[in-house]
Amino acid sequence: MERVLLYFAWVREQVGVGEEKVALPAEVLTLTDLAAWLKARGGGYSEAFARPEKLRAALDQKMVPLTTAIGDAREIAFFPPVTGG
Amino acid sequence: MIRILVQREPFDEGRELATLRANGVGGIASFTGIVRGEDGLTELHLDHYPGMTEAALMALADQANARWSLHNVTIIHRVGPLHPCDPVVFVGTAATHRAAALEACAFLIDRLKTDAPFWKRETFADGRSSWVDARDSDETAAARW
Repeated sequence: MERVLLYFAWVREQVGVGEEKVALPAEVLTLTDLAAWLKARGGGYSEAFARPEKLRAALDQKMVPLTTAIGDAREIAFFPPVTGG
Repeated sequence: MIRILVQREPFDEGRELATLRANGVGGIASFTGIVRGEDGLTELHLDHYPGMTEAALMALADQANARWSLHNVTIIHRVGPLHPCDPVVFVGTAATHRAAALEACAFLIDRLKTDAPFWKRETFADGRSSWVDARDSDETAAARW
């Protein structure tokens, strides 16, 4: 199943794109697994995903902890802690 | 009525306050956030997550409505490039009595800071530019509700 990955703020800048489509390997079950898998791509990804504790995530537009299983989510977003208001 | 707007354009607080009036409303509370021009800040750029932003603001308005039985709620958040003294966010609440309006307004602005997907990038007169870090005090303020 193809998923849409979205990146915002400095995550997007370091990765170099705001959006991409990927098919996840079977061993990627949680968002933590996905962050490690993306980090292993090297380049800007290794920079953006170097410290997962600095990241927040959303599955299908709902904020969730990185320990959450990805399941059937179609849209996965990684971003820094929010700073609106 | 719940009114949620995420927009690049400025807003008119006076008009928004008038829109919150309705028969049965006894009090309106509001908060307007302004871009602070401290330390030589020249631009504040607001990034957001289209789709999720509106849904997150709507969810907060629904929670406030359920808790304080509001007549009307308006949340407006601007995105894109902003400058010192620009209004960036407006929260308005209309209730039967003042306590509900004031508390709901404080709840919304506190929780908006931790629950809605916005990110700020600051640019300064000397050319420095960096993403704003989230503050622990915002987490503490949001947690009190």
